[in-house]
Amino acid sequence: MSSSEISLAHALALYRTMARIRAFENAAESASKGGVAAFGASLSQAKVRGPLHLSTGQEAVAVGVCAQLGAEDLLTSTHRGHGHTIAKGASIERMMCELFGRATGYNGGKGGSMHIADFSVGMLGANGVVAAGIPIAVGAAHALRARDGNALVACFFGDGAINRGPFLEGLNWAGIHRLPVLFVCEDNRWSATTATGAMTAGEGALARAQAIGVPGLAVNGNDVFAVDAAAATLTAQIRNAGGPRFLHAVTYRLKGHVSVDAAGYRSHDELARALEQDPLELATIRVAAIGGDRAALAVIDAEAKAEVDAAVAVADAAPWPQEAAAYTDIQDTGAGRWRE
Amino acid sequence: MARMNYAQAGCAALYTAMQEDARVVTLGEDVGRGGVFGQYRGLQQAFGADRVIDTPISEATIMGAAVGMALAGLRPVVEMRVVDFALCAMDEVVNQAAKARYMFGGQGRVPLVARMPIGMWQGSAAQHSQSLEAWFAHIPGLVVVAPATAQDNHGLLAAAIACGDPVIYMEHKELWGLEGEVEPARGERLGAATVCRAGSDVTLVTWSRMVHEALRAAEDAQAEGLSIEVIDLRTIWPWDRETVFASARKTGRLLVAHESVQVGGFGAEIAAAAVEALGVRVKRLGAPRIPVGYSKPLEDVSRVTAGAILGAARALAPA
Repeated sequence: MSSSEISLAHALALYRTMARIRAFENAAESASKGGVAAFGASLSQAKVRGPLHLSTGQEAVAVGVCAQLGAEDLLTSTHRGHGHTIAKGASIERMMCELFGRATGYNGGKGGSMHIADFSVGMLGANGVVAAGIPIAVGAAHALRARDGNALVACFFGDGAINRGPFLEGLNWAGIHRLPVLFVCEDNRWSATTATGAMTAGEGALARAQAIGVPGLAVNGNDVFAVDAAAATLTAQIRNAGGPRFLHAVTYRLKGHVSVDAAGYRSHDELARALEQDPLELATIRVAAIGGDRAALAVIDAEAKAEVDAAVAVADAAPWPQEAAAYTDIQDTGAGRWRE
Repeated sequence: MARMNYAQAGCAALYTAMQEDARVVTLGEDVGRGGVFGQYRGLQQAFGADRVIDTPISEATIMGAAVGMALAGLRPVVEMRVVDFALCAMDEVVNQAAKARYMFGGQGRVPLVARMPIGMWQGSAAQHSQSLEAWFAHIPGLVVVAPATAQDNHGLLAAAIACGDPVIYMEHKELWGLEGEVEPARGERLGAATVCRAGSDVTLVTWSRMVHEALRAAEDAQAEGLSIEVIDLRTIWPWDRETVFASARKTGRLLVAHESVQVGGFGAEIAAAAVEALGVRVKRLGAPRIPVGYSKPLEDVSRVTAGAILGAARALAPA
């Protein structure tokens, strides 16, 4: 199915997941204000502590790719991973509890935003180290191949990751072993506070992948229907034992590097142009073009906000981890010898 | 019971583990050809290229892929050639393998064994001679093992594969050819030291190749009336406090000797723990804080010898 032949029901489903991610990021951002002593912000008693890397504006990449994944498929994510986690099917309530550091969060408060994971839906973890998910995805693909079936690993990473060694190592490895991995370069064009283009030689992500022998596609990462269609093509090739594929999805980071970063280092014009390409706005136009009702989208927005507001209320009232939990889930060999 | 060398003993243990558990896989450079020290000989012929996986020279991805395999249900055994090369995979060891289970709130586990041989070996110079066990003992989540005999390389490797935690498994490059009787059924337990030689004047704790140096020192000491009890620690973390403390209580003197650099070495941890718990006299003996040189006279400066151990024991227990 090409992106022009999308059904209204499918379009609305994609829009709904994007709206849920947007609502989640907005709520998490509000709850984090003043929480980190960096980028000129001061310490205070924010509900969400620690660095919060928002994927606001990048929803179409997570949603378009995950629309092509099933329950058996696995996913590795980045420090900016809320969208991937939601799109893979995780519970917004348990995610919010984790961001609030509560015992009922996915990681029991041990991981927070940068390490959020839901193994029950095949989401093998966000990661605080750029490009670190690439080798992990490669290994997980070996494990999938040892099973029956045609499951694959979707490996998300940012544009900054293509300048780290594991990018070369992991793509080469997946190529020689013909592993079922969809490498997704979610290119938001910023590496923390530095424009990635200024730090990247050559023709960029897809050209590098192709040079290593991993074929792929480039796509407008703000167009969820285009991402969905490209992911459909690539995942079909992978599932047909075609080996790894690469998707270069160009999008834009609408927020700062972390939630308290006002991103004053980039121009108003650049941001204004990016806002005109907001993936939810683009999807709204497309839905209307295929006969969708804008009022229906407004209902979806409202439902997403209500779901997230409820999650915030639950998280705010959820129990804190017991101190004893600091000593669990570390190692069995030598367990108990934490204070020598 | 069979006579085999240290490399063959490790290979035999891995063979058995792969035969008994289809989740056990091996990956690393040159493993299909048997490994550069012969410690994987015959495994790819027995189990195929999908379970004994040849890899590019990509240390970060060898370790990182093993983490991904483990999180997705396999039990990988990782070949790192030498610990010096494992430094190319420190993010994957320290930030990923050691942390994943905790960070994810127990959702995933990382049952992997990373073989990264240590030690000086015939002029291998500064980048192929290090003993870095203390680095890894410092990291919560990791187990650190350093076998000294063929029996232990069989039993401890089997225990490491079975234990379910990420294990840094440090064979010694100079021990590959060391022969010994191996009883596969004996089994070995992680975290248990062995008293290799009984004595009454000084407790000498050591591990890996230094065990053999220590036994020579103890033999020489006996001739001059100094009785040294030699303990092979075998597991660096979790180290066997009970065995070490029982001996140190008896002798009142504790000497820790290791091939690694003395400053910040694991001997300091053991000595400090013994002083805090028992108030015994302690002494450390390790290499000077210099890179290992290529030329024999330079390499020898880094070596902790039986003679040096004996000298340290004498200083601890003057006649």
